[in-house]
Amino acid sequence: MAHQMEGLIRLDGLALAFEREGTRTEVLRDLDLTIERGEFLALVGPSGVGKSTILRVIAGLAKPSAGGIRIAPRADGTPSSVAMVFQDARLLPWRRVIDNVAFGLEKLRLTQSARRARARQMLDLVRLEALAERYPHELSGGQRQRVSLARALAVDPDVLLMDEPFSALDPVTRHTLQDELVRIRAATAKTVLFVTHDIDEAVYLADRAILLSGSPARIADDRRIALPHPRLRDHHALVAATEHIHRRFAGESYADGDGV
Amino acid sequence: MTRLKRLGLALLGLVVFLALWEAMPRLGLVNPALVPGPSSLPRAFWKELISGQWSEAVLGSLGHYAVGLVVGIGLGAILGILTGMYLTIEALLAGVVRVLRPVPGLAWVPFAIIWFGVSPAAAVFIIAVGVFWIVFFAAFGAVRSVDRDLIELANAFGFRSGWARLVKVILPAATPGILVGVRTALGQAWMSVVAAEIFGVAGLGQRMMQASSLLASDIVVVYMLTMAALYGLVDIAFLGLSGWLTRWKA
Repeated sequence: MAHQMEGLIRLDGLALAFEREGTRTEVLRDLDLTIERGEFLALVGPSGVGKSTILRVIAGLAKPSAGGIRIAPRADGTPSSVAMVFQDARLLPWRRVIDNVAFGLEKLRLTQSARRARARQMLDLVRLEALAERYPHELSGGQRQRVSLARALAVDPDVLLMDEPFSALDPVTRHTLQDELVRIRAATAKTVLFVTHDIDEAVYLADRAILLSGSPARIADDRRIALPHPRLRDHHALVAATEHIHRRFAGESYADGDGV
Repeated sequence: MTRLKRLGLALLGLVVFLALWEAMPRLGLVNPALVPGPSSLPRAFWKELISGQWSEAVLGSLGHYAVGLVVGIGLGAILGILTGMYLTIEALLAGVVRVLRPVPGLAWVPFAIIWFGVSPAAAVFIIAVGVFWIVFFAAFGAVRSVDRDLIELANAFGFRSGWARLVKVILPAATPGILVGVRTALGQAWMSVVAAEIFGVAGLGQRMMQASSLLASDIVVVYMLTMAALYGLVDIAFLGLSGWLTRWKA
């Protein structure tokens, strides 16, 4: 398939700068990146490096100042869709859980009962069906993030964009949700673009980890992590990959391996 | 303090108040024609009731009140929301708002009479003007303080038109703020009702002025208490409604 050869998402010389009080800050300059269909790609890097900006550009929430972004259409020629999971769950407080999950579906031509049925299915997938009629303020942080994930999955996006979705959670909940994401991703075979500043998390979840550093950001490392899921967190290959990225980030030159 | 104790104390205070009020004219401390004791009120109320004037006045006032509120709240909310959503509209209206806002609602009475005569329409106009500004600023402020992140969320899910943003995010998010303004407006409008009717539009205020010119002070008090009771009922009903509308709040 020609589309797959070119990648699902292609960033071509992407640049983004903003101006505040007369000073121009370049977040991204001349960034090239190709994301394949079905890939789980993690963007790692320190806070403020521009990882989230890349997601926002792909989601159409920010306009690049130069360069292009191309998202390949589906096989039937219709445009591919993306859906976003934010760091804060960003649920609408006046909607019950199920109606939060159905939010994006209201854009599609569906009857209310079809929307609800789909939303229930998604709540099932994230194992929250029992809380369908609750309001967001009645949920824990982890539950909210599950709702947010269900909301994004409900629209059956071609690409799932996740912006540090677990970074505000406590470590136990974070691990649980990471495993949930692995399970859900295996069930849905989604292309995932996952932003995190946690290298362990990136290496545990992703097929490919890209390290961004510097200002404007450039790709400092691009590693394949070819270990099948489910993975052991302390698997030597993951530890080695983590170590490698850490060193790259610390600026040490390191013989380039072919990943793990 | 337990709820029961609070309720008991409130009742006690009320009884003491009524007793003092009753004692003043009875002990000859004040002229009973100027301060009628509470014991004279039921008879006065009954007289007004069977003559049909009480219900006519109540219905008249509630009519102005309701129509004035609907017009004032409707226009205030619509313009307030638009001004909150669009910087262009805000800039466009900034000058007009600066000129008109400081004009007290009652300063519109002369124009109300010139335009509408001493008629229910004049009362509605005066009420609506007062309500308009309160709701306008409440709606404007509420829309402005809607969480930007939620609007971005709407964008991310493809709700990008002004209408979609309004319906999906802005209106529900701004509702609690708008309701606070509406509650203030309910009280303000009630004052305007009485003011407009004191100028002669038929209703509670007008009936009260008639009684006053006949020195029927007991009837004046009956209408004062009627106003208090009606406002109390309206406020309770409104609290119920707004509690239901914002039932999602923690």
